[in-house]
Amino acid sequence: MRLSEHKYRTASRVAGQLLYVENIHAARIGEVVKIIGPQNIAFEGEILEIVKGSVLIQLFGETRGLNTENMEIVFTDTTRQVPLSRDILGRRFNGSFEPLDGLPMFYASEWRPAQGYPINPVARLRPEEFIETGISAIDGLNTLVKGQKLPIFSCAGLPAKELVAQILQNARLRESTKKFAVIFVALGLTFYEYSFYLEALQNIESEFVAIINMADDPVMERLMAPRFALTVAEYLAFDHNMDILVLVTDMTNYCDALREISNARKELPGRRGYPGYMYSDLASLYERAGRIRDSQGSITMIPVITMPEDDITHPIPDLTGYITEGQIVLSRELHQQGVFPPVDVLPSLSRLMQKGIGAGRTREDHRDLANQLYKNYAKGRELKKLEAIVGRDGMAETDQSFLDFATVFENEFIHQGSQARSIYISLDKGLEILGRFNLIQDKFEKKTGT
Amino acid sequence: MKTEAVGKIISISGATVRTDLTGLTLFEKVSVGEHNLTGEVVRLEKDGTVLQVYEEPSGLGLHEPIRGHGVSLATTLGPGLLSVMFDGLQRPLDVLGDKTGSFIHPVHLESSLDLKKQWSFTPLVKKGDTVSGGLKIGYITEGFFQHPIIVPPGKNSNIKTIAQGTVTLEQPICQLADESSIFGYHSWPMRLPRPYRKKISSQEPVITGQRIIDFLFPLARGGTTIIPGGFGTGKTILEQTIAKHADVDIVIYAGCGERGNEMSELIEEFRQLTDPRTKCPLMDRTVLVVNTSNMPVAAREASIYTAVTLGEYYRDLGFHVLLLADSISRWAESLREISSSLEEMPGEEGYPTYLASRLSSFVERAGVVETLSGDIGSLSMILSVSPPGGDFTEPVTQALLRTAGSFLMLDTTLANSRHFPAINWMQSYSLYQNVLADYFKTSISNDWEVLRSLCREIMHKEESLKEIMEIVGIEGLQERDRLVMTVAEKIRTDFLTQSAYTADAYCDPTKTMNIIRTITDQFLKGQDHSTGKSDDETL
Repeated sequence: MRLSEHKYRTASRVAGQLLYVENIHAARIGEVVKIIGPQNIAFEGEILEIVKGSVLIQLFGETRGLNTENMEIVFTDTTRQVPLSRDILGRRFNGSFEPLDGLPMFYASEWRPAQGYPINPVARLRPEEFIETGISAIDGLNTLVKGQKLPIFSCAGLPAKELVAQILQNARLRESTKKFAVIFVALGLTFYEYSFYLEALQNIESEFVAIINMADDPVMERLMAPRFALTVAEYLAFDHNMDILVLVTDMTNYCDALREISNARKELPGRRGYPGYMYSDLASLYERAGRIRDSQGSITMIPVITMPEDDITHPIPDLTGYITEGQIVLSRELHQQGVFPPVDVLPSLSRLMQKGIGAGRTREDHRDLANQLYKNYAKGRELKKLEAIVGRDGMAETDQSFLDFATVFENEFIHQGSQARSIYISLDKGLEILGRFNLIQDKFEKKTGT
Repeated sequence: MKTEAVGKIISISGATVRTDLTGLTLFEKVSVGEHNLTGEVVRLEKDGTVLQVYEEPSGLGLHEPIRGHGVSLATTLGPGLLSVMFDGLQRPLDVLGDKTGSFIHPVHLESSLDLKKQWSFTPLVKKGDTVSGGLKIGYITEGFFQHPIIVPPGKNSNIKTIAQGTVTLEQPICQLADESSIFGYHSWPMRLPRPYRKKISSQEPVITGQRIIDFLFPLARGGTTIIPGGFGTGKTILEQTIAKHADVDIVIYAGCGERGNEMSELIEEFRQLTDPRTKCPLMDRTVLVVNTSNMPVAAREASIYTAVTLGEYYRDLGFHVLLLADSISRWAESLREISSSLEEMPGEEGYPTYLASRLSSFVERAGVVETLSGDIGSLSMILSVSPPGGDFTEPVTQALLRTAGSFLMLDTTLANSRHFPAINWMQSYSLYQNVLADYFKTSISNDWEVLRSLCREIMHKEESLKEIMEIVGIEGLQERDRLVMTVAEKIRTDFLTQSAYTADAYCDPTKTMNIIRTITDQFLKGQDHSTGKSDDETL
């Protein structure tokens, strides 16, 4: 502890969101500083780096109008903490964690660092409880479970937000949904998208907390918003035993903000200019999802990513896919065919599905059914390529039936419009399609047999 | 040991700290700051020292104290390691959990092993015997496992007294004539390979129970296999399946920068599954070194050295050890982060130019050796690689290709069609196949080599026929080629694919032979038939 407040007027340089202060006596990494500029500009910053007597500070606020001569910097001797209370439910905040809903700030019962602490791997509990999303392509073939992190890989112009809204409206755990809440994190969202999501949130039964960083809000806040949200999520899930669904959109904006800040710090750029530590940085967010032994609660995470150039090997989806437990991939082709939700099940995957389905969780025949559907559809899609070369008439009858299966599967199983389907309806639908297909196959067999 | 000097922090950038303290040695262990975070000396400068901090540096302040320990960052080796999950700095995670709860906070732990636990010791030597480094002086019974206690490398003296019966690690087990004593455990600098008498070239395989590996791309004892693959290609499942079934005495599993949920799943399964050879839980033959992706990055760099030192220790006790690391790319990334915070000149893709040499000296720590006490021990490695964008031309894959003996390429296309393990049979290779040929011939089956080349031939043929078939359709192929296609499909679906979730997860070599023999017999018969027929036609 320092005996008095440390104040400096020794700012030497401002570059973008970065400030350099000289001749410092005491400082610690992550320490919060207050910046007071001319005309009562006041905002906060955080110490990033200490080099001998000078420090590098990251600023959270509008730097326009700042001037190194008239700037006072107050070192607070504390690190950044998030105020926490159950009263946070139902509230909306900006990326600096200030209320946006016109109501006063709640009284905090506790403060915790926004960065959080890593969950001890031995304290983790394996995610295995089924969450029903009402979407056949997810529930049936890429099942989501409590404590999982399952991103949606979208492309510009695809209805990712409609899909997310539909999941929000229908998502439920098999048992009671009383202790279920949604935390919505908007990162660099346009007003149009934001109002869409807000309306969707207001239509759901469960309580929610929203942390909003709009497209024209400071970039620095884009990096802090998800950390605030996850600290709140950990508090509600692990201290109050709630099941929390964290929805983050759009992580592409987050990664671009990370690149922008890294570049301002003159760090070495990695692939496509993104910093080399992007994997670890993303992991420090995604890995906060999960369940722990000491608590009944859980954090499930659905980040939305818009793949630049529709490219799944772009560093953002690529690094995300290496950390998350699967991915739901949307397809432009299906969207153009009018299929909603346009989920391409072939590259989609839920790594935790095996533990979340079967007797006692969904239904006994779920695994076999999912494998059969997947296999036949994969074969149908493979044959579509052949069809493009030789034409449908040039193909064997059995092969044609696989083509038909793929079409039926897309139009009847994947496509469901705005209707929610319970897991049983989804599975029955799958069974029915498969039954029809098997009948045709049997006919062929008889034909070739005779 | 020298007296403790205290210095001050003068700069902090990421996990790199500069101090004004001088007189430290390179790679010396240091305590950093008021909370005694663990660090290591990485560079000596004229008026100070550069340190790497292995714990979360948030909150670390200017002018906080730095203390040198006078010893290198070391791994503690002795009884009590088995079935424990350590972090990258070899701190037992369950002990850490008792101290800081479900979340990891920086905390100082005294020792990696429980020094107070009582063990039963049976001596093998008596008073007056001459002992030297590596020699076994007795056994400690650790569950099913007889844990030999060896003289730490470098010692050479006569026994003055030796304990018998109940011992703890706190007390010396043995006093030597040179006034030094031997404890049940010792420390070894993690970056220094442990000594052995000589390396031996390998003649035996590690049987993994995976048909495609054992039959087509076998791993030799003491060898190294690398498994690169994009996300979703099943690297982790494959490594874990091998960890369950491989015929080795000890498994060291390094979860390096990967998912936390995977680790909790791994422990749970390993506790439930029994090792068919010992009838004990698999966990009893396993040591886990875990530094998940959200744990401090610098400790991730140290974690594979902790793991390999543990592996070498069991090798020196005369066991066959398998080290699995998932994934080496995450280790390389941590190296890149450290290098960049040291402001070193970057090489390819920002990785330091010493990436390849660090990797090759790491891989060289594998091998079959004659230990200092004359036993045979081995350390084999299976390393997964996560190439960005699934692109194998990246530096980590390329550097490992030069040192590893076997390469299992995981294929996204195969994974998307749910062909698991998604090992591409055209691109993968094993340099060990020739040295292991004799073993398979004599110990498994005479026709191993014959069938192996036949199988490869069929798969090759399929590959080239596939293009033709895409144009003319299967009906357009000659009967003989159609046979190739049907048999190849059978090999793919009934032989090369193997579920990790059913009893098929392990397939012993004899069964492997039977399956492939059945399929190839069908091929040979069909071929006879078709040539027979065409002979008739010509007649």
